[in-house]
Amino acid sequence: MQIIKDLLDGDRKALARAISMIDNEDPQSKEILKEIFPYTGKAFIVGITGPPGSGKSSLIDRLIHLIRKEDLKIGVIAVDPTSPFTGGSILGDRIRMHEHVSDKNVFIRSMSTRGSFGGISNATRGVVHLLDAFGKDIVIIETVGVGQSEVDIAQNADTTILVLTPLSGDSVQILKAGIMEIPDIVVINKADLPGAGISQADINIMLDFKNKRTWRPPVIQTITFNDVGTQKLWEEIKKHRSFLEKEDLITKLRAERYQNDVLLLMEKIIKDRIWYTVRETAVFEKMIQKINNKEMDPLSAAQEILNSIDLTNHE
Amino acid sequence: MIDKKIRVLAAKVGLDGHDRGIKVIAQALKDAGMEVIYTGIRQTPEQIVEIAIQEDVDVIGISILSGAHLQLLPRVTELLRKEEADDILVVAGGVIPQEDFAFLKECGIKEVFTSGTLTGDLIKFIKENIIKRE
Ligand code: B12
Ligand SMILES: Nc1nc2c(ncn2[C@@H]2O[C@H](COP(=O)(O)OP(=O)(O)OP(=O)(O)O)[C@@H](O)[C@H]2O)c(=O)[nH]1
Ligand SMILES: [Mg+2]
Repeated sequence: MQIIKDLLDGDRKALARAISMIDNEDPQSKEILKEIFPYTGKAFIVGITGPPGSGKSSLIDRLIHLIRKEDLKIGVIAVDPTSPFTGGSILGDRIRMHEHVSDKNVFIRSMSTRGSFGGISNATRGVVHLLDAFGKDIVIIETVGVGQSEVDIAQNADTTILVLTPLSGDSVQILKAGIMEIPDIVVINKADLPGAGISQADINIMLDFKNKRTWRPPVIQTITFNDVGTQKLWEEIKKHRSFLEKEDLITKLRAERYQNDVLLLMEKIIKDRIWYTVRETAVFEKMIQKINNKEMDPLSAAQEILNSIDLTNHE
Repeated sequence: MIDKKIRVLAAKVGLDGHDRGIKVIAQALKDAGMEVIYTGIRQTPEQIVEIAIQEDVDVIGISILSGAHLQLLPRVTELLRKEEADDILVVAGGVIPQEDFAFLKECGIKEVFTSGTLTGDLIKFIKENIIKRE
């Protein structure tokens, strides 16, 4: 396929178009993902999560600046929520990422969640592969700051950063949600505001109490306006990376991720298959009728339908 | 295949801080089910075109109230042609006198929507005029 060739040749328009195809679940996107897979595995993936407005995009802007100083190529996927009511979205993360727009080694793509609940979109994983194959050294994913479903990003990133703000009560919520196991680095951004030291101490205590891992997540303060702590953040990312690479934990991490990918893809294929087979069929409608009239229960209906479908048959 | 979403870049060009209009437009397009990328104020034509390419948008909507539309808007369409990205639909709005419409359209701005624009008309225009790719 020409688009794959162009993408691997470094054509950013082909990359941009391929991302859309994956996002739109275009039939050709499967072919693209299959063919580029051999070219993936080189990029280091950084996930950035945290409550809305904590400063994720502003931090990414500063990280881009530092990463470019080392002449590394960088891709950013910035996810914002889709309105469940209209299906539309306003993707505003770029407001904070102006500085590097004309730098050809920086590629930024805004995406909406499009009905996925995990803080990133269903297509995100595929888009990471595209950026990786395109030759990006570092891929940064900014999640929707939801506060509960950060598990998805930890699953998809090599280093996960949780961005909090001083005394916002976040730390208690974080504790409640039990997501302290997720970050590899915790950032207290907006450290220019009062209470950053207290928040840092709180989180350190929590981490010492809860941490069972060999990697103890560092907690650092940052101020994005004048680059306080941002260099330290980049150093910590590199430290975590060496930690993963030294013990070859990264191979294990990636194997787990592939296992998860395969499971999710199988689920998706079967789901699609079921849906395409049954939707708008008379049998399906009749069953729903029966359930409505209390002549049948949903579980029996599901079992009956499944027994009648050939799930091994591919499209 | 899920429905292809219309992607729009909502942009402010030049040294123009009036951002109420573009926010109204961004919200209306979002409510119409579109994905709207908003980049904030003070963008150069070069930045707008590069963002439009990376984001693979179908539409660029530019808001300009500063009076510099005759310089800045043609620059955007010129750069799009240079990048072979002139299949993107470009519309503009803000404070633009009627007598400038013809020149802007000659330059490749497909339509101009000024004060009093009905968002319904804009949405209809976009849906009817975007280029359906592959
Ligand atoms: C409010 C306002 C301000 C506010 C802006 C607040 C803000 N954050 O937006 C403040 C007070 C800050 C301001 C400052 C200035 N302003 Co002022 N301002 C206005 C005013 C009164 C209304 C603009 C407005 O918000 N309208 C409401 C919105 C909803 O309407 P709209 O922007 O026109 O958008 C609608 C349509 O145009 C269209 N649309 C707009 N954008 C787009 C984009 C697309 C893609 C589409 C399809 C449609 C579309 O749809 C919208 C909804 O219908 C106008 C006068 C006027 N009648 O327009 C002057 C006006 C724009 N300002 C003007 C000037 C000169 C200034 C200053 C330079 C004044 C000064 N000397 O300091 C500064 C410059 C600030 C800057 N950094 O750019 C002049 C511009 C002159 C010109 N073009 O030749 C105007 C026209 C006043 C005048 N008659 O002289 N201003
Ligand atoms: N005081 C202060 N404000 C900051 C700092 N960093 C970012 N902000 C402000 O915080 C607000 C949100 O910043 P963003 O970078 O957009 O935050 P975000 O987490 O990406 O937001 P969402 O993507 O909407 O969840 C903006 O108004 C920033 O200017 C900081 O270090 N100190
Ligand atoms: Mg953001």
